Amino acid sequence: MSKKIIMTQEDIKRTLARIAHEIIERNKVVENLILVGIHTRGVPLAHRLAANIEDFAGVKIPVGTLDISLYRDDLSSLELQPTVKNTDIPVNVDGKSIVLVDDVLYTGRSIRAAMDALTDMGRPHLIQLAVLIDRGHREIPIRADYVGKNMPSSRHEDIQVKLQESDGVDEVAITPTPTAEEG
Amino acid sequence: MTTEQIKTVAPKPAPVWQHRHILDIDDFSREEIELVFNTTQAMKEVLSRPIKRVPALRGKTLITLFYEASTRTRLSFELAAKNLGADAASLSATASSVTKGESLIDTVSTLEALGADIVVMRHPHSGAPDIVTRYVEASIINAGDGWHAHPTQALLDLYTIQEHKSTLKGLKAVIIGDILHSRVARSNIWGMTTMGMDVTLCGPPTLLPDEMGEQNHHLPPTNIEHNIERALDGADAVMTLRLQLERQQSGLLPSIREYVQLYQLTEARLKLAKPDALVLHPGPVNEEIEIAPAIVHGPQSVINEQVANGVAVRMALLYILAGSQKP
Repeated sequence: MSKKIIMTQEDIKRTLARIAHEIIERNKVVENLILVGIHTRGVPLAHRLAANIEDFAGVKIPVGTLDISLYRDDLSSLELQPTVKNTDIPVNVDGKSIVLVDDVLYTGRSIRAAMDALTDMGRPHLIQLAVLIDRGHREIPIRADYVGKNMPSSRHEDIQVKLQESDGVDEVAITPTPTAEEG
Repeated sequence: MTTEQIKTVAPKPAPVWQHRHILDIDDFSREEIELVFNTTQAMKEVLSRPIKRVPALRGKTLITLFYEASTRTRLSFELAAKNLGADAASLSATASSVTKGESLIDTVSTLEALGADIVVMRHPHSGAPDIVTRYVEASIINAGDGWHAHPTQALLDLYTIQEHKSTLKGLKAVIIGDILHSRVARSNIWGMTTMGMDVTLCGPPTLLPDEMGEQNHHLPPTNIEHNIERALDGADAVMTLRLQLERQQSGLLPSIREYVQLYQLTEARLKLAKPDALVLHPGPVNEEIEIAPAIVHGPQSVINEQVANGVAVRMALLYILAGSQKP
């Protein structure tokens, strides 16, 4: 059962630089952007993208954080205690272009929850989605506007994104998880 | 399966929260209380939004069942449920089949048959909510039972103090008034002690028997002080309790006037506490009896904050409780 590294620190850095360029290219009015990171690992990714955009376009754009626990549709099936983290959107979202940032796009349900949360806070001009990894297996019609790496995977595999800010190291790894039948 | 495979299965951490019902906080751990505080913080953010509503408890039904009067507790539970997207309904015992003799357990079973996932109840008899839990599947929240407990009030009191002082550990709390008959005092004594606060109780000996400070009286040990000036010395948080005026009729107080002279929290007496001491009151307040009006509306009073925090704390509790219910 070996862990396979699919992105190194250098890969992640280059990918985030590329996504930052794409965000600037797609959004002509960079000043109107807000990046919103979804807890936990979307938050450091959003900050890194904002730093890149400031480097490339000379514009400092606001970064917000979003906890989607209160918008999930699976409260009763969660095995662990629901811990709600801090939500902080520093500016009014009305009329803004929001780029949601998350580490892995999987079923799409987190993104659905995040969009519900954002639209409860106002009426953004548009919402885009940036993810580091798209691993497939969507259960609702959602797609990302910016994808770091497409990683077709099996549902039995576990994709772990580790970041300096939360885990002390930058890497993305894939490991097969033993299922209940195997165990 | 090889041993290497076993290693890849991370052990699941034991959940912090251990309750299906909230009957008192005497069996709450420090970690559980901190989980409530952290979740309350998130709920306050929701309450600060233009649309104060999230769908976390959509599809859940909460029913409040009150056999005693209430303004704050009942309303704040109903608002908390609605803010989380749950359906809320309420039943007053005085306007229901209870007046035709329907028993407590039959009443709660009926509420459950009507779809209640959570029943919030207040009852004049200590232990009533505990008995109900043996007969129903719904989660029961005690919103006050007899002299026994009022856990959600204590949690919002603790949260309010914590919000101002950042930590509770080592703080000196004084609770003044009719401690003997107070469920608010009992739940606060448990919560404050669990959080590492130093608790002093103050009141006339008829309303605060000395054995209440001893450990064997179904309470953790506290300091008993019948003299209000000595009790207030160096306090960080001062909680006054409502004096139930019927106590005089039952002979426990010679006169309300004497109580006012000896135990009213006055501005002069409050100066004996720390300059930044907080003043709390669970409400409703008898101004000019247990507390001077200038203090109720003064800068050290957090009485209105307690009410506002009550909604956020109850949202947190409903959310945590619903999250630990079986689907």
